[in-house]
Amino acid sequence: MNNETWETVIGLEIHAQLATKSKIFSASATTYGAPPNAQANLVDLGYPGVLPVLNQAAVTMAVKFGLAVSAQVTPLSVFARKNYFYPDLPKGYQISQYELPIVARGHMDIVLEDGTTKRVGITRAHLEEDAGKSLHEGLGASSGIDLNRAGTPLIEIVSEPDMRSAREAVAYMKKIHTLVRYLEICDGNMQEGSFRCDANVSVRRRGTEKLGTRAEIKNLNSFRFVEKAIHFEVARQIDIIESGGKVLQETRLYDPDKGETRSMRSKEEANDYRYFPDPDLLPVAVDAAFIASVRATLPELPDEKAARYASAFGLSAYDAAVLTASRELGDYFEAVVREFREDPKLAANWVMGELSAALNREGIEIGASKLGPARLAGLLRRITDGTISGKIAKEAFEAMWASGEDADAVIASKGLTQISDPAAIERAIDEVMARSPGQLADYRAGKDKLFGYFVGQVMKATGGKANPAQLNELLKKKLAG
Amino acid sequence: MSLHTLSLKRLAAGLRAREFSSVELTRLLLARIEAHQPQLNALISQTGPSAMQAAAAADGLLARGGGGPLTGIPLVHKDIFCTEGVRTTCASRMLDNFVAPYDATVVAKLKAEGMVMLGKTNMDEFAMGSSNETSFYGPVRNPWNLKRVPGGSSGGSAAAVAARLAPFASATDTGGSIRQPAALCGVTGFKPTYGRVSRYGMIAFASSLDQGGTLTVSAEDAALVLRAMAGFDPRDSTSVEQPVPDYVAGLDQPLSGMKIGLVREFFEKGLDPDNERCVRAALRVYEKLGAKLLEVSLPNLALSVPAYYVVAPAECSSNLARFDGVRFGHRAKDPKDLMDLYKRSRGEGFGAEVKRRIMTGTYVLSAGYYDAFYIKAQKVRRLIANEFEQAFTQVDVLMGPTTPTAAFELGSKTADPITMYLNDIYTIGANLAGLPAMSIPCGFSQDLPLGLQLIGRHFAEGRLLSAAHAYQRETDWHTRVPPGYE
Repeated sequence: MNNETWETVIGLEIHAQLATKSKIFSASATTYGAPPNAQANLVDLGYPGVLPVLNQAAVTMAVKFGLAVSAQVTPLSVFARKNYFYPDLPKGYQISQYELPIVARGHMDIVLEDGTTKRVGITRAHLEEDAGKSLHEGLGASSGIDLNRAGTPLIEIVSEPDMRSAREAVAYMKKIHTLVRYLEICDGNMQEGSFRCDANVSVRRRGTEKLGTRAEIKNLNSFRFVEKAIHFEVARQIDIIESGGKVLQETRLYDPDKGETRSMRSKEEANDYRYFPDPDLLPVAVDAAFIASVRATLPELPDEKAARYASAFGLSAYDAAVLTASRELGDYFEAVVREFREDPKLAANWVMGELSAALNREGIEIGASKLGPARLAGLLRRITDGTISGKIAKEAFEAMWASGEDADAVIASKGLTQISDPAAIERAIDEVMARSPGQLADYRAGKDKLFGYFVGQVMKATGGKANPAQLNELLKKKLAG
Repeated sequence: MSLHTLSLKRLAAGLRAREFSSVELTRLLLARIEAHQPQLNALISQTGPSAMQAAAAADGLLARGGGGPLTGIPLVHKDIFCTEGVRTTCASRMLDNFVAPYDATVVAKLKAEGMVMLGKTNMDEFAMGSSNETSFYGPVRNPWNLKRVPGGSSGGSAAAVAARLAPFASATDTGGSIRQPAALCGVTGFKPTYGRVSRYGMIAFASSLDQGGTLTVSAEDAALVLRAMAGFDPRDSTSVEQPVPDYVAGLDQPLSGMKIGLVREFFEKGLDPDNERCVRAALRVYEKLGAKLLEVSLPNLALSVPAYYVVAPAECSSNLARFDGVRFGHRAKDPKDLMDLYKRSRGEGFGAEVKRRIMTGTYVLSAGYYDAFYIKAQKVRRLIANEFEQAFTQVDVLMGPTTPTAAFELGSKTADPITMYLNDIYTIGANLAGLPAMSIPCGFSQDLPLGLQLIGRHFAEGRLLSAAHAYQRETDWHTRVPPGYE
């Protein structure tokens, strides 16, 4: 919320579940949706005597992330124990990283809707294990504990308090979401909790340096919730301060049903986690050779790809950012351009416009598109070669989407070919002029606006197929008398 | 022939030569356990029936010409090692009902060698204690004098070997828990380098200090078992990936030219004159064998006890958090709510010393105290390790007393934890520095045994064992059996 008097300050802690096959410290599988506790072995259960063994794949993924956000990879990072009692935390401590995280000091650029770029600092990203979950439904007075998720590897990505609006926070979170999927280190599934965040929100008077007291909103698992929760929280804090109160440092929960945040625990009630280095695990040593080997596996990153789209295809920064928001969308766009080199900008507009709309309408991902890139390229070619108009192309697109046929087949079967024969267009113009004497007289008397009326009528008469440029030219001539 | 007084080495030879069977040996030792358990209380669990089966299986294997040097040899495990299907209590009410669904790596390795488990030994609760008086199952008594403590925490293991109830007992050493009871019971106790023996399945007290080891009659026997126990374990990230030398083959390394460092601080105030006399006599034996004696100093060693009593409780407070009444172990009856479940399960399940250490550890890790206590203790630890390293540039092995005094009377120190903690003043340094160390019998004070401590460089287990073996070939302190257990 941007307000004349108040400035919003937001930092995010994003938790991304790493796409390893097994857990971070045990050999249990990490597949989602197994029956409760089917994927919890003795290590996950915290049995007496068992010990954690670090999953190398989790380290590789964290390093990959660090390199992708231009961060420093810590040569010797340390696992620490975060001590607190909770039934879904079997050992009574969570193994995390505290003083020496594996990734430190990176950044991420976000492109705002007005095309400007903003840099968000990434303080750190550390490896940790997830907790299990408590189940309260259908168990009467008891609670159940499902430890399938306990020990699932996470990276927690902590940003600087660099964001100034809910919109920026969402843009940043989306960008990280894009990145982790590009890197194939997280499936990004927010419903299943694979990607979620905590938002630290505070407000301060514009022009002041000192940060206001922050509230931490926990466990936001959709972009929409992030935006709504921040809006609510900012308004709440401004309200408190303006009515003479003080914002308390506390942890809050967002209730999506009510659209509000509410207090979970105050600073006074907060745990003293008593962090200390975990003596069961050695420091994680990452040397230059390992970093180089991970760097060699990095794909083209969203920003690099967007820059290439801008320079090679002449796209705007915003369009390039939209098209690179997912690896699949970019791949699709580039496949269209490969088949249809004439006008990448037109291809971009169609991918972001008609195609994205159709996908949204049906709620499917681009991988499941009913229209492959070659088909779309075929349709675009018929626009540039004058066979159909852009407007008719939209109709053809819908028909192709429904039938799965290619552009030429649809154009032929529906008779959509553009009329570019001047004689045929003139004939249609003549007919319209003949049945509209009043409008003709008015036009000629100076009512220029009626030009549109004649265009519409002729288009209607030709089933929309008249070549628009030709029609314009001929109509002007004819109407002038 | 009284089999129970034979060394493990001699028993192994006898089993292979079919002079006697594992079943005979096992039956004999089970009978001895039954006879002496009421006075000694050295065991928490006895596993007679499964021992007889394992012994029969070992005999079968030996009869077919199979098996290894340890096949058919009976043992007892400290009740801190998880044993599949046999309860593992850590001498705590908390785990009175706990049956582990898996074997600790040490247990699995020795089982694979064909060794026969007779039972599980008593200890201080969660290995926290120096007298075996913190056990939920009552104190162990010293076979040399039933009014005296056996030492701790591996008191049951040391008493069992001293009373010749088993030729080998496994044990663990966090601050002296193998060496101190070895000294007080007159047996040979060996603590390897930190990381030499897997900690997997060994219920953690202080993870950065805990190390599994052996209690046997002699160094030679220790070498036989250690060879089988040691080695890298992929399930323990702190175990070290280094080949295990043949400790038995290395036993006869000559002593001539070996430099022995006498730690000046070990002989300062607090050392009982009888202990000093015995230790100095032992050192003269080494001189006669060709070793050179040099005095060295570890000026910060006095800080080892306070540093230890910060680091060990800190780790224990976290390690013991898993005992919450939710998944295993003691669970309070009819809890009102979650907090009540936690508070009563832990309040009822843990004994006083364990609680004291959990509270100390929680305190030293708390916000505002962490730097002043935990970080400072770690710095002291590093200093002490550096001093040892410095000493080892001049000498090969450090020697001195294992304990300030011989076994003290039951109940005499329980009221004063600090006096009790000071019992480990000579042993804790090796844990803080992760060094291998051992205690061997070197004499008596008023019919109570005393121990000589040997400390070596990292991974110099072989050097220590051969030095101890050389001494034991010249002396017979280690072969002395407490009266009534011959």
